[in-house]
Amino acid sequence: MSAKALDKTPFLMTAPGVIFFIMLLGVPMLMTFLLSLHSYDFTTGIQPDWTISNYIEVLGDPYFHKIFGRTFGLALLVTVICVLIGVPEAYVLAHLPNPWRSVFLLVVLGPLLISVVVRTLGWALFFGGKGVLTMIASGLGFGEEPVSLMFTFTGMTIALVHVLVPFMVISVWASLQKIDPQSEDAALTLGASKLTVLYRITLPQVMPGILSGSIIVFALTASAFATPAIIGGRRMKVVATAAYDEYLSTLNWPLGAAIAVILLVVNIVIIVSYNKLVERRFAKVFE
Amino acid sequence: MRRLGPIALCFHALFVAFILAPLLMVVAVSFTDKGYLSLPTDGLSLRWFRAILDNPDFIDAFWVSVWLALVSATIAVIIAVPASLAIARKKFPGREVIAAFLLSPLMIPHLVLGVAFLQFYSKIGLGGSFYGLLAAHVILITPYALRLALASATGLPREAEDAALTLGASRFTVFRRITLPLILPGVAGGWLLSFITSFDELTMSVFVASPATQTLPVRMYHHITQTIDPLIASVSTVLIVLTFGVMLILDRFYGLDKIFVGKG
Repeated sequence: MSAKALDKTPFLMTAPGVIFFIMLLGVPMLMTFLLSLHSYDFTTGIQPDWTISNYIEVLGDPYFHKIFGRTFGLALLVTVICVLIGVPEAYVLAHLPNPWRSVFLLVVLGPLLISVVVRTLGWALFFGGKGVLTMIASGLGFGEEPVSLMFTFTGMTIALVHVLVPFMVISVWASLQKIDPQSEDAALTLGASKLTVLYRITLPQVMPGILSGSIIVFALTASAFATPAIIGGRRMKVVATAAYDEYLSTLNWPLGAAIAVILLVVNIVIIVSYNKLVERRFAKVFE
Repeated sequence: MRRLGPIALCFHALFVAFILAPLLMVVAVSFTDKGYLSLPTDGLSLRWFRAILDNPDFIDAFWVSVWLALVSATIAVIIAVPASLAIARKKFPGREVIAAFLLSPLMIPHLVLGVAFLQFYSKIGLGGSFYGLLAAHVILITPYALRLALASATGLPREAEDAALTLGASRFTVFRRITLPLILPGVAGGWLLSFITSFDELTMSVFVASPATQTLPVRMYHHITQTIDPLIASVSTVLIVLTFGVMLILDRFYGLDKIFVGKG
Protein backbone atom coordinates (compact mmCIF):
# COMPACT_ATOMS: atom_id res chain seq x y z
CA MET A 1 0.00 0.00 0.00
CA SER A 2 1.71 3.17 -1.16
CA ALA A 3 0.82 6.55 0.28
CA LYS A 4 -0.88 7.89 -2.82
CA ALA A 5 -3.18 10.90 -2.61
CA LEU A 6 -5.36 9.65 0.25
CA ASP A 7 -6.15 6.15 1.40
CA LYS A 8 -9.92 5.77 1.23
CA THR A 9 -10.18 2.48 3.17
CA PRO A 10 -10.39 3.95 6.69
CA PHE A 11 -13.27 6.16 5.57
CA LEU A 12 -15.07 3.22 3.98
CA MET A 13 -14.54 1.19 7.15
CA THR A 14 -15.99 3.86 9.42
CA ALA A 15 -18.67 4.98 6.94
CA PRO A 16 -21.49 2.64 8.06
CA GLY A 17 -21.24 3.91 11.61
CA VAL A 18 -20.74 7.55 10.70
CA ILE A 19 -23.66 7.68 8.24
CA PHE A 20 -25.96 5.82 10.62
CA PHE A 21 -24.98 8.11 13.49
CA ILE A 22 -25.46 11.32 11.46
CA MET A 23 -28.95 10.25 10.37
CA LEU A 24 -30.15 8.74 13.63
CA LEU A 25 -28.21 10.67 16.27
CA GLY A 26 -27.19 13.99 14.70
CA VAL A 27 -30.57 14.75 13.14
CA PRO A 28 -32.75 13.87 16.19
CA MET A 29 -30.46 15.80 18.55
CA LEU A 30 -30.54 18.85 16.29
CA MET A 31 -34.34 18.60 16.02
CA THR A 32 -34.66 18.51 19.81
CA PHE A 33 -32.53 21.62 20.09
CA LEU A 34 -34.63 23.41 17.46
CA LEU A 35 -37.84 22.27 19.17
CA SER A 36 -36.67 23.86 22.42
CA LEU A 37 -36.64 27.22 20.59
CA HIS A 38 -40.37 27.13 19.82
CA SER A 39 -43.09 28.28 22.18
CA TYR A 40 -46.08 26.15 23.12
CA ASP A 41 -49.75 26.98 23.40
CA PHE A 42 -52.04 24.67 25.34
CA THR A 43 -54.84 24.93 22.77
CA THR A 44 -53.00 25.20 19.46
CA GLY A 45 -49.83 23.27 20.29
CA ILE A 46 -46.29 24.01 19.12
CA GLN A 47 -45.92 27.50 17.62
CA PRO A 48 -43.81 28.24 14.53
CA ASP A 49 -41.97 31.13 16.23
CA TRP A 50 -38.35 31.30 17.41
CA THR A 51 -37.83 32.21 21.04
CA ILE A 52 -35.72 31.45 24.06
CA SER A 53 -38.75 31.75 26.35
CA ASN A 54 -38.53 28.07 27.36
CA TYR A 55 -35.00 28.56 28.65
CA ILE A 56 -36.07 31.74 30.47
CA GLU A 57 -38.93 29.80 32.04
CA VAL A 58 -36.78 26.87 33.16
CA LEU A 59 -33.97 29.08 34.46
CA GLY A 60 -36.28 31.65 36.07
CA ASP A 61 -39.15 29.65 37.57
CA PRO A 62 -38.81 28.77 41.29
CA TYR A 63 -40.56 25.46 40.53
CA PHE A 64 -37.73 24.43 38.22
CA HIS A 65 -35.11 25.92 40.55
CA LYS A 66 -36.35 23.53 43.19
CA ILE A 67 -36.19 20.55 40.84
CA PHE A 68 -32.70 21.39 39.53
CA GLY A 69 -31.53 22.16 43.07
CA ARG A 70 -32.87 18.84 44.32
CA THR A 71 -31.31 16.93 41.41
CA PHE A 72 -27.83 18.37 41.81
CA GLY A 73 -28.05 18.19 45.62
CA LEU A 74 -28.95 14.53 45.25
CA ALA A 75 -26.11 13.96 42.78
CA LEU A 76 -23.61 15.59 45.13
CA LEU A 77 -24.81 13.64 48.18
CA VAL A 78 -24.83 10.32 46.33
CA THR A 79 -21.33 11.01 44.99
CA VAL A 80 -19.97 11.85 48.46
CA ILE A 81 -21.47 8.69 49.99
CA CYS A 82 -20.16 6.59 47.10
CA VAL A 83 -16.64 7.96 47.73
CA LEU A 84 -16.93 7.30 51.47
CA ILE A 85 -17.99 3.67 51.11
CA GLY A 86 -16.76 2.77 47.61
CA VAL A 87 -13.11 3.75 48.07
CA PRO A 88 -12.54 1.67 51.24
CA GLU A 89 -14.37 -1.26 49.64
CA ALA A 90 -12.13 -1.12 46.57
CA TYR A 91 -9.12 -1.09 48.87
CA VAL A 92 -10.42 -4.11 50.80
CA LEU A 93 -11.17 -5.97 47.55
CA ALA A 94 -7.68 -5.33 46.24
CA HIS A 95 -6.16 -6.74 49.43
CA LEU A 96 -8.30 -9.87 49.75
CA PRO A 97 -6.56 -13.21 49.08
CA ASN A 98 -7.34 -14.57 45.67
CA PRO A 99 -10.30 -16.91 45.57
CA TRP A 100 -12.23 -14.40 47.68
CA ARG A 101 -11.15 -11.44 45.64
CA SER A 102 -12.65 -12.82 42.41
CA VAL A 103 -15.83 -13.92 44.18
CA PHE A 104 -16.47 -10.56 45.82
CA LEU A 105 -15.50 -8.61 42.73
CA LEU A 106 -18.27 -10.54 41.00
CA VAL A 107 -20.68 -9.85 43.87
CA VAL A 108 -19.95 -6.11 43.84
CA LEU A 109 -19.91 -5.62 40.06
CA GLY A 110 -22.54 -8.18 39.10
CA PRO A 111 -25.52 -6.00 40.08
CA LEU A 112 -24.50 -3.54 37.34
CA LEU A 113 -25.74 -6.13 34.86
CA ILE A 114 -29.11 -6.52 36.57
CA SER A 115 -31.80 -4.13 35.37
CA VAL A 116 -32.06 -0.92 37.40
CA VAL A 117 -35.81 -1.59 37.63
CA VAL A 118 -35.16 -4.82 39.52
CA ARG A 119 -32.62 -3.25 41.88
CA THR A 120 -34.91 -0.33 42.62
CA LEU A 121 -37.81 -2.70 43.20
CA GLY A 122 -35.77 -4.34 45.97
CA TRP A 123 -35.51 -1.01 47.76
CA ALA A 124 -39.18 -0.23 47.17
CA LEU A 125 -39.96 -3.51 48.98
CA PHE A 126 -37.79 -2.36 51.89
CA PHE A 127 -39.19 1.15 51.98
CA GLY A 128 -42.91 0.58 51.43
CA GLY A 129 -45.45 1.30 54.18
CA LYS A 130 -45.98 -2.38 55.02
CA GLY A 131 -42.38 -3.24 54.15
CA VAL A 132 -39.50 -4.70 56.09
CA LEU A 133 -38.48 -1.35 57.54
CA THR A 134 -41.78 -1.22 59.42
CA MET A 135 -41.32 -4.79 60.61
CA ILE A 136 -37.80 -4.02 61.89
CA ALA A 137 -38.98 -0.84 63.59
CA SER A 138 -41.83 -2.58 65.39
CA GLY A 139 -39.56 -5.50 66.25
CA LEU A 140 -37.15 -3.08 67.93
CA GLY A 141 -40.06 -1.61 69.87
CA PHE A 142 -40.53 1.61 67.95
CA GLY A 143 -44.28 1.03 67.81
CA GLU A 144 -46.56 -0.25 65.10
CA GLU A 145 -46.62 2.93 63.04
CA PRO A 146 -45.56 2.25 59.46
CA VAL A 147 -42.10 3.62 58.66
CA SER A 148 -41.86 4.54 55.01
CA LEU A 149 -38.99 5.92 53.01
CA MET A 150 -41.03 5.80 49.79
CA PHE A 151 -41.35 9.22 48.17
CA THR A 152 -38.55 10.65 50.34
CA PHE A 153 -35.18 12.17 49.54
CA THR A 154 -33.48 9.74 51.93
CA GLY A 155 -35.03 6.78 50.15
CA MET A 156 -33.87 8.04 46.74
CA THR A 157 -30.37 8.62 48.10
CA ILE A 158 -30.02 5.11 49.53
CA ALA A 159 -31.34 3.42 46.39
CA LEU A 160 -29.15 5.51 44.06
CA VAL A 161 -26.02 4.86 46.16
CA HIS A 162 -26.76 1.16 45.81
CA VAL A 163 -27.30 1.42 42.06
CA LEU A 164 -24.17 3.50 41.38
CA VAL A 165 -21.54 2.57 44.01
CA PRO A 166 -20.17 -0.29 41.85
CA PHE A 167 -18.93 2.33 39.36
CA MET A 168 -16.91 3.96 42.14
CA VAL A 169 -15.50 0.62 43.31
CA ILE A 170 -14.44 -0.44 39.82
CA SER A 171 -12.89 2.91 39.01
CA VAL A 172 -10.79 2.97 42.22
CA TRP A 173 -10.01 -0.73 41.79
CA ALA A 174 -8.59 -0.01 38.34
CA SER A 175 -6.20 2.63 39.67
CA LEU A 176 -5.21 0.45 42.64
CA GLN A 177 -4.15 -2.19 40.10
CA LYS A 178 -1.65 0.27 38.59
CA ILE A 179 0.10 1.02 41.89
CA ASP A 180 3.52 -0.47 42.32
CA PRO A 181 3.31 -2.32 45.67
CA GLN A 182 7.00 -1.61 46.19
CA SER A 183 6.27 2.08 46.78
CA GLU A 184 4.15 1.11 49.80
CA ASP A 185 6.75 -1.40 50.99
CA ALA A 186 9.48 1.20 50.67
CA ALA A 187 7.57 3.67 52.85
CA LEU A 188 6.92 0.96 55.48
CA THR A 189 10.59 -0.05 55.50
CA LEU A 190 11.57 3.57 55.98
CA GLY A 191 9.48 3.63 59.14
CA ALA A 192 6.17 5.15 58.06
CA SER A 193 3.12 3.96 59.97
CA LYS A 194 0.40 2.06 58.11
CA LEU A 195 -1.88 5.09 58.29
CA THR A 196 0.80 7.38 56.90
CA VAL A 197 1.34 5.00 53.98
CA LEU A 198 -2.40 5.02 53.28
CA TYR A 199 -2.60 8.83 53.27
CA ARG A 200 0.73 9.77 51.76
CA ILE A 201 1.39 6.93 49.32
CA THR A 202 -1.77 5.02 48.38
CA LEU A 203 -4.42 7.73 48.40
CA PRO A 204 -2.60 10.21 46.13
CA GLN A 205 -2.05 7.43 43.60
CA VAL A 206 -5.72 6.40 43.47
CA MET A 207 -6.93 10.00 43.30
CA PRO A 208 -7.52 9.84 39.51
CA GLY A 209 -9.68 6.73 40.06
CA ILE A 210 -11.69 8.46 42.79
CA LEU A 211 -12.20 11.49 40.56
CA SER A 212 -13.26 9.52 37.52
CA GLY A 213 -15.57 7.38 39.66
CA SER A 214 -17.06 10.57 41.11
CA ILE A 215 -17.73 12.07 37.72
CA ILE A 216 -19.44 8.89 36.50
CA VAL A 217 -21.59 8.68 39.63
CA PHE A 218 -22.43 12.39 39.58
CA ALA A 219 -23.39 12.40 35.89
CA LEU A 220 -25.46 9.23 36.17
CA THR A 221 -27.28 10.48 39.29
CA ALA A 222 -28.02 13.86 37.72
CA SER A 223 -29.70 12.17 34.76
CA ALA A 224 -31.13 9.12 36.60
CA PHE A 225 -34.73 8.33 35.75
CA ALA A 226 -35.87 4.87 36.91
CA THR A 227 -34.89 5.07 40.57
CA PRO A 228 -36.22 8.61 41.24
CA ALA A 229 -39.40 7.76 39.30
CA ILE A 230 -40.11 4.63 41.36
CA ILE A 231 -38.82 5.74 44.80
CA GLY A 232 -39.38 9.50 44.50
CA GLY A 233 -42.57 9.42 42.48
CA ARG A 234 -44.48 12.59 41.68
CA ARG A 235 -43.77 14.07 45.10
CA MET A 236 -39.98 14.11 44.68
CA LYS A 237 -39.45 15.18 41.10
CA VAL A 238 -35.95 15.41 39.65
CA VAL A 239 -34.88 16.80 36.27
CA ALA A 240 -35.36 13.52 34.40
CA THR A 241 -38.82 12.81 35.82
CA ALA A 242 -39.86 16.44 35.28
CA ALA A 243 -38.84 16.22 31.61
CA TYR A 244 -40.72 12.91 31.33
CA ASP A 245 -43.87 14.57 32.67
CA GLU A 246 -43.55 17.53 30.29
CA TYR A 247 -43.33 15.12 27.36
CA LEU A 248 -45.84 12.45 28.28
CA SER A 249 -48.35 14.14 30.65
CA THR A 250 -48.39 17.89 30.02
CA LEU A 251 -47.39 17.37 26.38
CA ASN A 252 -45.42 20.64 26.43
CA TRP A 253 -42.65 19.20 24.26
CA PRO A 254 -40.74 22.45 23.67
CA LEU A 255 -40.38 23.02 27.41
CA GLY A 256 -39.37 19.37 27.90
CA ALA A 257 -36.81 19.78 25.11
CA ALA A 258 -35.35 22.84 26.86
CA ILE A 259 -34.98 20.82 30.10
CA ALA A 260 -33.29 18.02 28.13
CA VAL A 261 -30.88 20.43 26.41
CA ILE A 262 -29.92 22.01 29.75
CA LEU A 263 -29.35 18.57 31.27
CA LEU A 264 -27.17 17.58 28.31
CA VAL A 265 -25.12 20.78 28.43
CA VAL A 266 -24.53 20.50 32.19
CA ASN A 267 -23.52 16.85 31.73
CA ILE A 268 -21.03 17.62 28.96
CA VAL A 269 -19.57 20.65 30.79
CA ILE A 270 -18.95 18.52 33.89
CA ILE A 271 -17.34 15.66 31.95
CA VAL A 272 -15.15 17.89 29.77
CA SER A 273 -13.97 20.15 32.60
CA TYR A 274 -13.19 17.06 34.65
CA ASN A 275 -11.09 15.65 31.82
CA LYS A 276 -9.18 18.94 31.55
CA LEU A 277 -8.58 18.94 35.30
CA VAL A 278 -7.26 15.40 35.32
CA GLU A 279 -5.00 15.98 32.34
CA ARG A 280 -3.43 18.98 34.04
CA ARG A 281 -3.16 17.83 37.64
CA PHE A 282 -2.51 14.15 37.26
CA ALA A 283 -0.49 14.01 34.07
CA LYS A 284 2.35 12.34 35.94
CA VAL A 285 0.21 9.60 37.44
CA PHE A 286 -0.98 8.49 34.02
CA GLU A 287 2.55 8.07 32.65
CA MET B 1 0.15 -8.59 50.47
CA ARG B 2 -0.75 -6.72 53.63
CA ARG B 3 -3.30 -8.42 55.90
CA LEU B 4 -6.66 -6.80 56.44
CA GLY B 5 -7.67 -5.90 59.98
CA PRO B 6 -10.97 -6.89 61.62
CA ILE B 7 -12.43 -3.42 61.04
CA ALA B 8 -11.77 -3.69 57.31
CA LEU B 9 -13.39 -7.12 57.17
CA CYS B 10 -16.44 -5.91 59.14
CA PHE B 11 -16.82 -3.00 56.76
CA HIS B 12 -16.51 -5.39 53.83
CA ALA B 13 -19.24 -7.66 55.25
CA LEU B 14 -21.58 -4.69 55.73
CA PHE B 15 -20.88 -3.46 52.22
CA VAL B 16 -21.60 -6.84 50.66
CA ALA B 17 -24.80 -7.10 52.73
CA PHE B 18 -25.85 -3.66 51.46
CA ILE B 19 -25.22 -4.73 47.85
CA LEU B 20 -27.06 -8.03 48.15
CA ALA B 21 -29.94 -7.01 50.47
CA PRO B 22 -32.39 -5.60 47.90
CA LEU B 23 -31.77 -8.49 45.50
CA LEU B 24 -32.32 -11.10 48.21
CA MET B 25 -35.42 -9.18 49.26
CA VAL B 26 -36.88 -9.48 45.76
CA VAL B 27 -36.11 -13.21 45.62
CA ALA B 28 -37.59 -13.81 49.10
CA VAL B 29 -40.84 -11.98 48.37
CA SER B 30 -41.31 -13.86 45.10
CA PHE B 31 -41.65 -17.15 47.02
CA THR B 32 -44.52 -15.95 49.21
CA ASP B 33 -47.68 -18.05 49.35
CA LYS B 34 -49.85 -15.04 50.17
CA GLY B 35 -51.85 -12.99 47.70
CA TYR B 36 -50.12 -9.80 48.79
CA LEU B 37 -46.57 -8.54 49.42
CA SER B 38 -45.02 -10.43 52.31
CA LEU B 39 -42.04 -12.52 53.24
CA PRO B 40 -42.64 -16.28 53.05
CA THR B 41 -42.84 -16.91 56.80
CA ASP B 42 -44.97 -20.07 56.73
CA GLY B 43 -44.02 -22.04 53.68
CA LEU B 44 -42.59 -21.39 50.25
CA SER B 45 -44.79 -21.30 47.21
CA LEU B 46 -44.26 -21.15 43.48
CA ARG B 47 -47.70 -19.65 42.83
CA TRP B 48 -46.27 -16.30 41.72
CA PHE B 49 -43.97 -18.01 39.24
CA ARG B 50 -46.96 -19.86 37.79
CA ALA B 51 -48.72 -16.49 37.69
CA ILE B 52 -46.13 -15.24 35.19
CA LEU B 53 -47.45 -17.80 32.72
CA ASP B 54 -50.95 -16.35 33.10
CA ASN B 55 -49.64 -12.88 32.21
CA PRO B 56 -48.68 -13.15 28.56
CA ASP B 57 -47.81 -9.44 28.41
CA PHE B 58 -44.67 -10.07 30.49
CA ILE B 59 -43.73 -13.01 28.30
CA ASP B 60 -44.34 -11.01 25.12
CA ALA B 61 -42.26 -8.15 26.53
CA PHE B 62 -39.50 -10.62 27.39
CA TRP B 63 -39.34 -11.84 23.78
CA VAL B 64 -39.40 -8.28 22.45
CA SER B 65 -36.41 -7.53 24.67
CA VAL B 66 -34.50 -10.67 23.69
CA TRP B 67 -35.09 -10.15 19.98
CA LEU B 68 -34.26 -6.44 20.22
CA ALA B 69 -31.05 -7.09 22.16
CA LEU B 70 -29.94 -9.90 19.78
CA VAL B 71 -30.43 -7.87 16.62
CA SER B 72 -29.18 -4.52 17.95
CA ALA B 73 -26.05 -6.05 19.54
CA THR B 74 -25.27 -7.82 16.26
CA ILE B 75 -25.71 -4.63 14.20
CA ALA B 76 -23.60 -2.71 16.73
CA VAL B 77 -20.76 -5.23 16.37
CA ILE B 78 -21.00 -5.14 12.56
CA ILE B 79 -20.61 -1.34 12.72
CA ALA B 80 -17.95 -1.41 15.43
CA VAL B 81 -15.49 -4.02 14.06
CA PRO B 82 -14.44 -2.30 10.81
CA ALA B 83 -14.56 1.10 12.50
CA SER B 84 -12.33 -0.11 15.33
CA LEU B 85 -9.79 -1.60 12.91
CA ALA B 86 -9.64 1.67 10.96
CA ILE B 87 -9.37 3.82 14.09
CA ALA B 88 -6.85 1.61 15.89
CA ARG B 89 -4.54 0.78 12.99
CA LYS B 90 -4.67 3.55 10.41
CA LYS B 91 -3.80 7.22 10.46
CA PHE B 92 -6.25 9.40 8.56
CA PRO B 93 -7.54 12.95 8.84
CA GLY B 94 -10.58 13.19 11.09
CA ARG B 95 -9.72 9.95 12.87
CA GLU B 96 -10.16 11.37 16.36
CA VAL B 97 -13.34 13.24 15.45
CA ILE B 98 -14.90 10.06 14.04
CA ALA B 99 -13.90 8.07 17.13
CA ALA B 100 -15.35 10.73 19.45
CA PHE B 101 -18.55 10.88 17.38
CA LEU B 102 -19.09 7.11 17.49
CA LEU B 103 -18.44 7.09 21.26
CA SER B 104 -20.54 10.21 21.94
CA PRO B 105 -23.76 8.43 23.05
CA LEU B 106 -21.87 7.52 26.25
CA MET B 107 -21.92 11.21 27.21
CA ILE B 108 -25.60 11.81 26.43
CA PRO B 109 -28.12 11.07 29.20
CA HIS B 110 -30.53 8.33 28.09
CA LEU B 111 -33.40 10.68 28.82
CA VAL B 112 -32.10 13.14 26.22
CA LEU B 113 -31.75 10.34 23.65
CA GLY B 114 -35.29 9.24 24.51
CA VAL B 115 -36.93 12.62 23.92
CA ALA B 116 -34.86 13.16 20.76
CA PHE B 117 -36.03 9.83 19.29
CA LEU B 118 -39.62 10.42 20.42
CA GLN B 119 -39.82 13.64 18.43
CA PHE B 120 -37.81 12.35 15.46
CA TYR B 121 -39.86 9.19 15.01
CA SER B 122 -43.20 10.95 15.39
CA LYS B 123 -42.05 13.37 12.62
CA ILE B 124 -40.99 10.65 10.19
CA GLY B 125 -43.84 8.28 11.04
CA LEU B 126 -41.80 5.59 12.79
CA GLY B 127 -43.40 6.34 16.17
CA GLY B 128 -43.81 3.24 18.30
CA SER B 129 -42.43 0.88 15.66
CA PHE B 130 -40.01 -1.94 16.39
CA TYR B 131 -37.55 -0.62 13.80
CA GLY B 132 -37.45 2.76 15.51
CA LEU B 133 -36.72 1.09 18.83
CA LEU B 134 -34.07 -1.07 17.15
CA ALA B 135 -32.25 1.90 15.57
CA ALA B 136 -32.32 3.78 18.89
CA HIS B 137 -30.79 0.78 20.68
CA VAL B 138 -28.06 0.42 18.03
CA ILE B 139 -27.06 4.07 18.62
CA LEU B 140 -27.05 3.51 22.36
CA ILE B 141 -24.93 0.35 22.44
CA THR B 142 -22.49 0.83 19.54
CA PRO B 143 -20.06 2.72 21.83
CA TYR B 144 -19.83 -0.30 24.15
CA ALA B 145 -19.09 -2.67 21.26
CA LEU B 146 -16.66 -0.15 19.75
CA ARG B 147 -14.74 0.40 22.98
CA LEU B 148 -14.06 -3.28 23.57
CA ALA B 149 -13.23 -3.86 19.89
CA LEU B 150 -10.83 -0.88 19.99
CA ALA B 151 -9.14 -2.27 23.08
CA SER B 152 -8.38 -5.56 21.27
CA ALA B 153 -7.46 -3.98 17.93
CA THR B 154 -4.98 -1.50 19.43
CA GLY B 155 -1.46 -2.84 19.34
CA LEU B 156 -2.40 -5.91 17.32
CA PRO B 157 0.76 -7.29 15.65
CA ARG B 158 0.75 -7.10 11.85
CA GLU B 159 3.32 -9.79 11.08
CA ALA B 160 0.90 -12.69 10.73
CA GLU B 161 -1.35 -10.70 8.40
CA ASP B 162 1.58 -9.54 6.29
CA ALA B 163 2.85 -13.10 6.02
CA ALA B 164 -0.57 -14.37 4.89
CA LEU B 165 -0.86 -11.58 2.31
CA THR B 166 2.62 -12.37 0.98
CA LEU B 167 1.69 -16.03 0.72
CA GLY B 168 -1.20 -15.08 -1.53
CA ALA B 169 -4.21 -14.98 0.76
CA SER B 170 -6.98 -12.58 -0.26
CA ARG B 171 -7.76 -9.57 1.92
CA PHE B 172 -11.00 -11.20 3.05
CA THR B 173 -9.31 -14.48 3.91
CA VAL B 174 -6.75 -12.60 5.99
CA PHE B 175 -9.54 -10.85 7.87
CA ARG B 176 -11.54 -14.02 8.41
CA ARG B 177 -8.68 -16.37 9.27
CA ILE B 178 -6.25 -14.06 11.10
CA THR B 179 -7.52 -10.63 12.12
CA LEU B 180 -10.94 -11.67 13.36
CA PRO B 181 -9.70 -14.57 15.55
CA LEU B 182 -7.14 -12.19 17.10
CA ILE B 183 -9.76 -9.62 18.13
CA LEU B 184 -12.48 -12.17 18.86
CA PRO B 185 -12.38 -11.96 22.69
CA GLY B 186 -12.98 -8.21 22.53
CA VAL B 187 -15.66 -8.56 19.87
CA ALA B 188 -17.50 -11.30 21.75
CA GLY B 189 -17.24 -9.43 25.06
CA GLY B 190 -18.49 -6.30 23.31
CA TRP B 191 -21.43 -8.17 21.81
CA LEU B 192 -22.44 -9.60 25.18
CA LEU B 193 -22.09 -6.26 26.98
CA SER B 194 -24.12 -4.59 24.20
CA PHE B 195 -26.74 -7.31 24.50
CA ILE B 196 -27.12 -6.78 28.25
CA THR B 197 -27.10 -2.99 27.96
CA SER B 198 -29.88 -3.16 25.38
CA PHE B 199 -31.81 -5.76 27.34
CA ASP B 200 -31.73 -3.67 30.55
CA GLU B 201 -32.31 -0.25 29.02
CA LEU B 202 -35.31 1.60 30.42
CA THR B 203 -35.00 5.38 30.30
CA MET B 204 -34.67 5.80 26.54
CA SER B 205 -37.02 2.94 25.65
CA VAL B 206 -39.82 4.31 27.82
CA PHE B 207 -40.11 7.21 25.34
CA VAL B 208 -39.74 5.15 22.18
CA ALA B 209 -41.71 1.97 22.90
CA SER B 210 -45.43 1.72 22.15
CA PRO B 211 -47.74 -0.73 23.97
CA ALA B 212 -47.11 -3.19 21.12
CA THR B 213 -43.32 -2.90 21.35
CA GLN B 214 -42.87 -2.70 25.11
CA THR B 215 -39.59 -4.15 26.28
CA LEU B 216 -39.47 -6.08 29.53
CA PRO B 217 -37.98 -3.21 31.63
CA VAL B 218 -40.60 -0.81 30.23
CA ARG B 219 -43.41 -3.29 30.95
CA MET B 220 -42.05 -3.79 34.50
CA TYR B 221 -41.68 -0.05 35.05
CA HIS B 222 -45.31 0.62 34.08
CA HIS B 223 -46.42 -2.25 36.30
CA ILE B 224 -44.45 -0.93 39.30
CA THR B 225 -45.80 2.61 38.94
CA GLN B 226 -49.32 1.11 39.09
CA THR B 227 -48.84 -1.53 41.76
CA ILE B 228 -46.05 -3.41 43.51
CA ASP B 229 -47.14 -7.02 43.97
CA PRO B 230 -45.48 -10.46 44.33
CA LEU B 231 -45.89 -10.98 40.56
CA ILE B 232 -43.35 -8.27 39.76
CA ALA B 233 -41.02 -9.83 42.34
CA SER B 234 -41.22 -13.24 40.68
CA VAL B 235 -40.58 -11.73 37.22
CA SER B 236 -37.57 -9.92 38.72
CA THR B 237 -36.30 -13.12 40.30
CA VAL B 238 -36.32 -14.86 36.92
CA LEU B 239 -34.34 -11.90 35.53
CA ILE B 240 -31.83 -12.01 38.38
CA VAL B 241 -31.18 -15.70 37.77
CA LEU B 242 -30.82 -15.24 34.00
CA THR B 243 -28.50 -12.24 34.44
CA PHE B 244 -26.38 -14.19 36.89
CA GLY B 245 -25.86 -16.87 34.23
CA VAL B 246 -24.84 -14.30 31.62
CA MET B 247 -22.55 -12.65 34.16
CA LEU B 248 -20.63 -15.88 34.75
CA ILE B 249 -20.15 -16.32 31.01
CA LEU B 250 -19.00 -12.71 30.62
CA ASP B 251 -16.55 -13.07 33.49
CA ARG B 252 -15.06 -16.25 31.98
CA PHE B 253 -14.73 -14.61 28.60
CA TYR B 254 -13.32 -11.29 29.44
CA GLY B 255 -13.18 -10.39 33.16
CA LEU B 256 -15.96 -8.24 34.59
CA ASP B 257 -13.53 -5.64 35.93
CA LYS B 258 -12.08 -4.95 32.47
CA ILE B 259 -15.53 -4.46 30.97
CA PHE B 260 -16.68 -1.82 33.41
CA VAL B 261 -13.59 0.34 33.67
CA GLY B 262 -14.58 3.76 32.41
CA LYS B 263 -18.15 2.82 31.61
CA GLY B 264 -20.62 5.68 31.84
